[in-house]
Parts: sequence; structure tokens; C-alpha cells
Amino acid sequence: MLKDITIGQYYKTDSMIHRLDPRVKLFGTLVYVVTLFLHKSPVSYVMSLLFLIAVIGISKVPVKFIVRGLKAVAVILVFSVGINIFFIPGEPLVKIGVLRISRAGIKTAVYLGSRLIMLVLGTSLLTFTTTPNELTDGLDKSLGFFNKIKIPVHEIAMMMSIALRFIPILTEELDKIMKAQTARGIDFESGGLLKRMKSMVPIIVPLFVAAVRRANDLALAMESRCYHGGQGRTKMKPLIYETRDFIAYLILLVFLAAMIYLGFFSPWR
Amino acid sequence: MSILQVKNLVHKYITVGDSEEDKQEVTAIDDIDISVEKGEFIAILGKNGSGKSSLAKHINGLLMPTEGAVYVKGMDTRDKRNLLNIRQNAGIVFQNPDNQIVGTIVEEDVAFGPENMGMPVEDIWDRVTSALEGVGMTAYKEASPNHLSGGQKQRIAIAGIMAMEPECIILDEPTAMLDPKGRRHVLSLVKALNREKKITMLMVTHHMEEVLLADRIIVMDHGRIAMDGTPKEVFSKVDEMKQLGLEVPYAAELAWQLRQEGVPLSETITTREELVEELCQFV
Repeated sequence: MLKDITIGQYYKTDSMIHRLDPRVKLFGTLVYVVTLFLHKSPVSYVMSLLFLIAVIGISKVPVKFIVRGLKAVAVILVFSVGINIFFIPGEPLVKIGVLRISRAGIKTAVYLGSRLIMLVLGTSLLTFTTTPNELTDGLDKSLGFFNKIKIPVHEIAMMMSIALRFIPILTEELDKIMKAQTARGIDFESGGLLKRMKSMVPIIVPLFVAAVRRANDLALAMESRCYHGGQGRTKMKPLIYETRDFIAYLILLVFLAAMIYLGFFSPWR
Repeated sequence: MSILQVKNLVHKYITVGDSEEDKQEVTAIDDIDISVEKGEFIAILGKNGSGKSSLAKHINGLLMPTEGAVYVKGMDTRDKRNLLNIRQNAGIVFQNPDNQIVGTIVEEDVAFGPENMGMPVEDIWDRVTSALEGVGMTAYKEASPNHLSGGQKQRIAIAGIMAMEPECIILDEPTAMLDPKGRRHVLSLVKALNREKKITMLMVTHHMEEVLLADRIIVMDHGRIAMDGTPKEVFSKVDEMKQLGLEVPYAAELAWQLRQEGVPLSETITTREELVEELCQFV
């Protein structure tokens, strides 16, 4: 059961968005997130939403999968919208006891809510259309300039991809340890919070020991296969830009320019 | 010239107990001399702690000699500049298949070695394709290693080494964590690679049946070489093997017991067929 966990919930299908270079998608996500914070008028919100809907449409990822991602942030969403509705000062429209709802409050709440929703939907689209491998490769390649300030980008990307590979192995290990400890009479289910947290100790400790042991083995195996960091290393599947990637970059730049115009210079700002 | 040369190798390490004063110097390898010719299939046999794994790690340059030296194709492992070249020429396959697979996709894992060697893209693809073909795992090239059986994973690990086109492969108990079926597959693969591609094999093991595949057996005990010879030479010395705490193949054991009872059997019996053959002559 634990084996089925998929990280980043990649949705496998063949679409234009899936085929884009991961660097383009990383850049696109960044642009999209930044522009969300430039919004000041309903016009730019609508523009942003249309853009998102268009990308989702091209990506062929079913809408219900994407919307499911909202569940995780539902609490934050309700909480922040609620706070805004009730606590933004202004001329009250409705009064329920001590709670007042103002026009300004509703406006901010709606803006904030839609901003959050679009943020979550837009970023989850990245993981839906990009495999973890492509993501780490993309980060490795596009953040190369950090090497100049002595940040080991390749090594960090390698660690990320190894972490991804070991998640299912360690969850399996966790499963085994839990069963072994249950067989010795440890009860994980009953008792208060403190007692339950205490009963996790005999699981966490062996899990860590096993993980360190595995890491040591893996390091030896990697070294024996000539691994010596990113220097002089080539890739089996190097990232190469194609025409579609340049077109996508162009579209993103136009979108960015439009949003900057709408946010700062247009009559509706 | 021999492909591997181990000269007066000594390896010592220090273990620290619970307190700082509780230090102990352990001699894992105690003055070993071995020379291996190209194309040989050698089994290294010994109990736990006999130093056989340490020896394997020395050949790949993962451990450094305390005294003496190890030469791979004439290159000294103590010289750091040789290390990449040595590791490419003498690959090592470890016991736990899970802990030596780096990639999240089979073909990407096989490509890891050639990638580290800085090969051009087309050459990497060629090597990965032929390595996967060599181990019979082409059908799984796009699978996730997590969905493979232990034996399949170990074959991927061997493919990962094969992709570096080494002249020598060291196998450190490659079948210890496999089921009988996975073990058979891995062993026949190792044997085939030795016969067909003339790759020198050095297999650390304690399974007697695996030892019989080898042309030469080196028995280790307490960091020293206790015996060195063909399977027949080694297994005819049943008494000595028993003193070292090692088993001998079942047929050799049975022949030995029969000889003790006065049945005139020859000392060179190691396989079932040979035993049956000799016994039939009494009928």
C-alpha cells in the first residue's frame, strides 16, 4: 500500500505542455507566480484565469485531478478568506452580532481567495506535467549560475533525485519496522498524543539507522562507478531546447509584459 | 602481464568502543599476495570477517592499503590520478541491489557510469543498449527499479558495471539477498559474461554451489590466504576446510565420509555426477 505513494503526482499523458523543456516550465511557473502578485484590478485577474484555463486545457490533465490539489490548502483558504471578510475595517454592509462585513472586506477576501486558488492550481500544474527526474534536471541546468557563488547546484539536484528514488524503499522499510515492532507488542493506536508520539521512537530510530546505512552503501556504489561530482559529467538525456520551447518562452514574455502593463500602467489598475 | 596484482597487502583499521580508551586495532587483511590473469573466474571464499570483502574493496580503490599495494592493469590504486581509470576497469557489484541503483529509471541507472566518465551522448546510448541486452533486461529499460525483483535489480546493477566496459568485475556476495531463481539467473549471467566476453570475474561468496563455477578458488581466513587452487584441489582437502569452519559441496562431503568408512573413492570428487559415476563402478 505504501508503495503506491507517488511524489509530485505526475499525470502521465502526451501533451504540448508535457513535451516542453522542464526549464521552460520552471520559468513559466515563476512568471505566473510573480504576476499573481502584480494584480490590482479585476481585468488582470480575469486575464490570469483565462491564461491558466488555456494552459490546463492544452495540458490534457483532467480538471478533477487539478482541483483535488485544492483540498490540501482548503483550511488555509477558508481561514484567510474568513479573516479578511470579517476584520477589514470599512462601512459595514451586514452585521451579525459582533461580526461586521464591509464592502472592502469582501473585495479583499475575493481577491485573496482567487489569488491563492490560482497559485495552487498553477504550481500543481508543474508537477502534473513534469516528472521528478525532468524537474531535477531542469533545476540542475537552469540554476547553473549559482555555481559561480559556490552553491553546488549539481550536487543538490543529485541529492533530490536520489531522495526521490529512495522514498518508496524507505516507506517499505518503515512498513517492515512497524510490523516488527507491533509483533513485539508496541501499540501505536491507543493513548493520548504524548503516548503515541513516544511510541514512534522505536520506529524512527531503526529507520534512521537503516537510512544512514543505505546512504553509506550507496555512496560506495556511486564512487565505485566513477562518480566524482558534476565535473566532466555528461548526460544520457541532455536537455536541448526545441522550437516549441522558444515559442513558449515568447508567449510567457508577452504574458509577463501584459500583466506588468495591466498592473502598473493601464487605465484599470 | 596479470590484470590484477595484490602485493603484500595489509589493511588495518581502528574500532572505537563505548569509551575513547576502548580502541582496538583490527587487521582485516594480513599480508596477501595474489595475481590474477585476464579471463580468470576466481571465487573468494571465507567466513564472515575473514577479510574477503575488504579485499574486494581494495581492488576498486574504495579502501587504501595500510601496507603493500594493489595494481589494476599495472596502475597503483594509491595514486589518486589512477582512480577513475581503475574503477572503470574493475567494476564492483555489491550485495544489496537496492543500495547500488542510483537512477529512477532502469536505463538511466545503467547510464550512470558512462555519464560519470563524461562520454558523448550517442556512445552512452550504445553502451546502455548493449549492456541491457547483455543481461537480458532490454524489455525493462523504461521501468522503475522499484518494481523489479531482487534478481532483476542485481542484473541491472551488473549492466550498470558492464556499461563502463570493464575488463574485470568484482562481485561482493552478489546473490546473498536473492531467492533461488534470482540467484540462478545472476550466476548464469556471470558465467556467460566470463566465457563469452572474457571478463575477469572475482566473486566473493559463501555458497558452495557458486564456488564450483569458478576456475580457481581462494580461501581466506583471518585476513590471510588459507588455500589457493582449482575447485578440485580445494575441495579434496575436506579436513582442512572443516578446520576453517567452511562447508564443502554436498557430493564432496559425502565422498569424504564414504572414504572415512573405507570406500575407495578418489579425492577429486566435487560434483554429483562424478560421485554417481564412481559409485556406479562398484555395482
